[in-house]
Amino acid sequence: MFIQTWLLPFALLATATLVAFPLSRYLAWVMDGKYRPLPVLGWVEKTINTGSQNWKQYVSSLLIFNTVLFIFGYLVLALQPWMPLNPDGKTLLAPSAIFNSVASFMTNTDLQHYAGDQHLSNFSQIFFCITNLFISAAIGLSALTAIIRGLRSDTSLGNFFVDVWRVVVYLFVPVALIFALIFLQQGSPMTFKSVYQVQTLEQSALGTTDNGQAKPQTIVVGPVAAFEAMKMLGTNGGGFYGMNSAHPFENPTALSNFFNTLAMMIFPFSLVLMYGRMLGKMRHSMVIFVVMLLFMSFTVIWTIYFDTLKPNPAFTQHNATQFNIFNSALPNGKQAISLSAIASLPVDQHLGNLEGKEIRFGTSAGATFGALTTDVTCGAVNAEADSLNPIAALSPMVGMWLNCFFGGKGVGMINMLLYIIIGIFLAGMMVGRTPEYLGKKIGSREVKLAIIVLLIHPLMILMPTGLFAATSWGMNAISNPGAHGFSQMLYQFSSASANNGSAFDGLGVTYGFYNNPHPAPEAIAWDIATGLVMIFSRFLPLIAPIAMAAFLGAKKSSPFGLGTLRVDTVTFGILLFATIVIIGALLFLPVAVIGPIAEHFGPIPFGG
Amino acid sequence: MDNNSEFLATIPPQILPRRVRASALFDAKIAKIAFKQAFVMFRPDIQWKNPVMFVVEVGTVLTFLFILQIALTNEKPLVPITYFIALDIWFFLTIFFANFATAIAEARGKAQVESLRKTREETIAYRVKQGEKTEEVSSSLLQRGDLVVVQTGQTIPGDGEIIEGVAYIDESAITGESAPVIREAGGDRSGVTGGTIVLSDRIVVQITGSKGDSFLDRMIALVEGAVRQRSPNEIALTLVLSAFTLIFLIVVIPLWSMSYNAEQYMTTYLGVKEPLRGLGTDIPTLIALLVCLIPTTIGALLAAIGIAGMDRALQANIIANSGKAVELAGDVDIVLLDKTGTITLGNRSATHFVPVSKYSAKDVGELAALASAADNTPEGKSILKLYETQNATTISVPENSTFISFTAHTRMSGVVFPDGRHIRKGAPEAIIQFVRENKGVIPNELDGLIQDIAKKGATPLLVADGNMIVGLVALSDILKPRIYERITRLRNMGIRVIMITGDNKYTAAAIAALAGVDDYLAEATPAKKLEYIKQEQATGKILAMMGDGTNDAPALAQADVAIAMNAGTEAAKEAANMVDLDSDPTKLIEVVEIGKQLLITRGALTTFSIANDVAKYFAIIPALFASTLPWLAVLNVMHLHSPTSAILSAVIFNALIIPLLIPIALKGVRYRALGADALLRRNLFLWGLGGLILPFIGIKLIDTIMVTFNWVS
Repeated sequence: MFIQTWLLPFALLATATLVAFPLSRYLAWVMDGKYRPLPVLGWVEKTINTGSQNWKQYVSSLLIFNTVLFIFGYLVLALQPWMPLNPDGKTLLAPSAIFNSVASFMTNTDLQHYAGDQHLSNFSQIFFCITNLFISAAIGLSALTAIIRGLRSDTSLGNFFVDVWRVVVYLFVPVALIFALIFLQQGSPMTFKSVYQVQTLEQSALGTTDNGQAKPQTIVVGPVAAFEAMKMLGTNGGGFYGMNSAHPFENPTALSNFFNTLAMMIFPFSLVLMYGRMLGKMRHSMVIFVVMLLFMSFTVIWTIYFDTLKPNPAFTQHNATQFNIFNSALPNGKQAISLSAIASLPVDQHLGNLEGKEIRFGTSAGATFGALTTDVTCGAVNAEADSLNPIAALSPMVGMWLNCFFGGKGVGMINMLLYIIIGIFLAGMMVGRTPEYLGKKIGSREVKLAIIVLLIHPLMILMPTGLFAATSWGMNAISNPGAHGFSQMLYQFSSASANNGSAFDGLGVTYGFYNNPHPAPEAIAWDIATGLVMIFSRFLPLIAPIAMAAFLGAKKSSPFGLGTLRVDTVTFGILLFATIVIIGALLFLPVAVIGPIAEHFGPIPFGG
Repeated sequence: MDNNSEFLATIPPQILPRRVRASALFDAKIAKIAFKQAFVMFRPDIQWKNPVMFVVEVGTVLTFLFILQIALTNEKPLVPITYFIALDIWFFLTIFFANFATAIAEARGKAQVESLRKTREETIAYRVKQGEKTEEVSSSLLQRGDLVVVQTGQTIPGDGEIIEGVAYIDESAITGESAPVIREAGGDRSGVTGGTIVLSDRIVVQITGSKGDSFLDRMIALVEGAVRQRSPNEIALTLVLSAFTLIFLIVVIPLWSMSYNAEQYMTTYLGVKEPLRGLGTDIPTLIALLVCLIPTTIGALLAAIGIAGMDRALQANIIANSGKAVELAGDVDIVLLDKTGTITLGNRSATHFVPVSKYSAKDVGELAALASAADNTPEGKSILKLYETQNATTISVPENSTFISFTAHTRMSGVVFPDGRHIRKGAPEAIIQFVRENKGVIPNELDGLIQDIAKKGATPLLVADGNMIVGLVALSDILKPRIYERITRLRNMGIRVIMITGDNKYTAAAIAALAGVDDYLAEATPAKKLEYIKQEQATGKILAMMGDGTNDAPALAQADVAIAMNAGTEAAKEAANMVDLDSDPTKLIEVVEIGKQLLITRGALTTFSIANDVAKYFAIIPALFASTLPWLAVLNVMHLHSPTSAILSAVIFNALIIPLLIPIALKGVRYRALGADALLRRNLFLWGLGGLILPFIGIKLIDTIMVTFNWVS
């Protein structure tokens, strides 16, 4: 039981750490352009190279490129009915759903207010989804590279287009090929065919047609293995199927599940070390790595402990509660209320909470995946996040709120950089010097930029959650009353703002095809709100740090001395750890309390 | 020059009394002024400059309007109205304490400047008209460039430079040093300060600063305007604090609708007729949460910390050009110290006599003393003194002897007895040449002996009797008392100490080793000094130096932190960004510490302020949901009495911590000369972990007190 529970998560953490060392060396080698390209590839690279860029040029290129990507994505989806590879005639999605999906895939979020197997043709899957899986993932990584070049005072930040090219061609394509072959071998489909009509073994299992014939089962297929590899490697998380990595075609076996999970971890892990290698501060990045690994291990252990090793509270006994509520009609202003006890149900719970899990991956696979997918902003799921025990569900939320337990490719390290800047600025003064990072003094301008990014994340999570919680937009969308319903809304905006893309299912957000007679009642509000959140939370936190790094890099570097705050020590690790814990707690403790914690301590089932 | 420096060297700088003393922390008079000022600062246009406290002020007004609404409409509030009134009073007190902290720091600074200003009172000046004629004018009418004559007993009417004459001057009004000092025209000790008194002789002073433009005036302006003139680090920190305020607005505002959501579903769940209401949708309570969360502690004390830093500089008799300069001192990587006068006492003295061939040490001593009998230089006197103390005798020179005095050309001095006996002492090359000219023999071991002395950091002098070399006198530099400890302290702070000297590199190396400096710059010329500073700055280092002479001015202007001695020339003072009234060369160490202390205090109180918030959450959040989500009572880890007492306790703690920390803000967190790592660990533990834990205890204590006295329901 012990090994069954803990082997998978720790094998994953250990493997990803081991892979990160050689892979980060390769990453740094590629991003520093030390390779010799093949003639054809070299010609392309030369052609797209628009020359050295300063931070404004780099950022402009990034924004223009994303605008083009947005228009392209919108066109592909909007033209779906008229495009090839659509044998079963999938029609047009609702405009708000298209906006949401395009924003979602462009920002590497992959929040899906649609189900791929029901709503997208293979043409859309390939040209909209797979294109974005590669490119949106490359943008975050490129931004990190630009930041590193800024910090090490390079004369230019490089060229945005060349960076994206390097990432896609030299990093993603080869690694994705390896993983796609593994998934293919394990049983994922890889075909341009779209559907199979098969007769079920049990005749008429799906009912009969009007003329009495048994209905065939429709099995949707497509280029799943290729899709799956990049979905995980790029920490995208948007599934080919609505069921994502719980679907037997996306994730056929326990072994494919191991590689599925590993795939989303290797780039975020490696990028932290690449940061150190490119800056020539390997020890510093090791400290960051350990801090991130500690946080990640903590979220994984927390989820497994409260989900795999604890019973589902919906089946257990709850004691009676008594308390006072305010009632100004009564003389002392208080009214006593008592809630009756809830009896337990006779369910064998020795394997923990099994609701919404795929047991073929192992008992702890769901909890492990759930914690990791939110830590690295992947957002793929192989179990129902909504069905995690309430207090266990806190862990994925924390992963998205702090967004730096390795985080997404590039952006996770960028977020960590901001915590480093804030931590050094606040506590670093206690060594008696103007705070400095990598020998550069942190001034008003840098702090301002770091703070903007720190601010945007809670703004984009808390404000819309508050707005939806008090209006019918939220009230009509939730599928459970009480704190759980609140968690559904909170999770959706956390996922959008963290560019994660996983969902606390049950929230009615799917409009579907434009001619859907029964869309989810508030789908349009959710489409637009989360779409905007994703865009704001993506680009400000990319642009501001690039500018910050450029400003820092332009400063004179002060030499290292006995009086300088060292960034490669245990003390610094503790400082960083404490900064993240305290800032995280200050921002998100209230919502954590109203959501998962209130649900945990309250009666379950709650109403309904 | 020599007499002067000798005179100064006799005063150990560390025993100089300070004229500006740190006034008691809460002097009644100062407190009274600050008390009044604290009320004035409630004016929105003033309060606006402190964004954190401005938010509290807005909250106070809103709560007041809320109370008015309850009182006027007779609407029955959720909890007794006294709770809202208590909240509002404590909001008000929070701002008051913050204003008081700033006001008292300003008042203390002003009080100190005031006592300095007294020396600025108008005096009569004797302005030179033409030739020898003078006219009486008020000192306030003096212009830059005017010449004034000051005679025995008169007060110098303004800052200036002596262009004619030498005088004993009583500078006690400025420095507190009772012993008079010598100032003379030419050279590096020509600067005089307005308000000091000429004790003897007559000097002509050229006024260098017109009224309102002297260093003192600048300092006064600085202390008075300290709130407005923020240093770069303070500006950045203010930004961060404003951002934190904004972040907590983002946290608190949606809490209203989230609480509303909880009230809705709980009403349905419980099936109660009247809609459920809790403190989570109560505006004054949410304001209380906001006030507790935004960094009021550091927001209240930030200005006071800055002013107090300037104040500490003033107490050390340092007049700084800007707060930025003091702050920058904390960042110094390299300190340049002049050897003479800083590391060593002004002059070299004879320490021992080394004989050659047949002579004894006593012979060398006697002949050297004879050669120095008429030598008035400190070196010559020290030879006489050494001989006399070693042998307990005095020497007598035969009558009608001729003395030969030292010239830069001959580089030796001595005496010619009536019988024609020539005794000489001087630089080795000069004496060797003298002996050779007289067909004498140079002993073989001489070269080795000269080398030995030089390597020990001493200067060898040769003594010759006619054409015979008698022996050597070793002249050594004498380290200032406790200089080694002071330099070690600087090094422990992570600062490299570089000694600058005109000596050759052997001597320099020996003294550098004795004093414990990291490196030395030997045979330094002003150009070489400047070159060195530029070179180090190019690698990003921040340098501090102290200087007095005109030839120091380029280096002072180039250095990042430059302190000029008050006794120094006007050029040096202009080039520097600080002036040391005591003219104490070791003052650099204190300035660096003041700079570091300033930043540490800021960092410590910021960390403390933010770490405090965690406990406040644990007090307030369970209270917000006490009547809507009762199971959240498990989070009430402090077991506070009731929702209202919990919120009040947090608000009261948040307010009271400000006056409790005022002494630390004014005195500064104690600086220890440790490496950055050890210092960070220590301060993180003290202020970070302390800040995390203390409010749990404090809030519980306040709650217990309120419950004990039955102040809360």
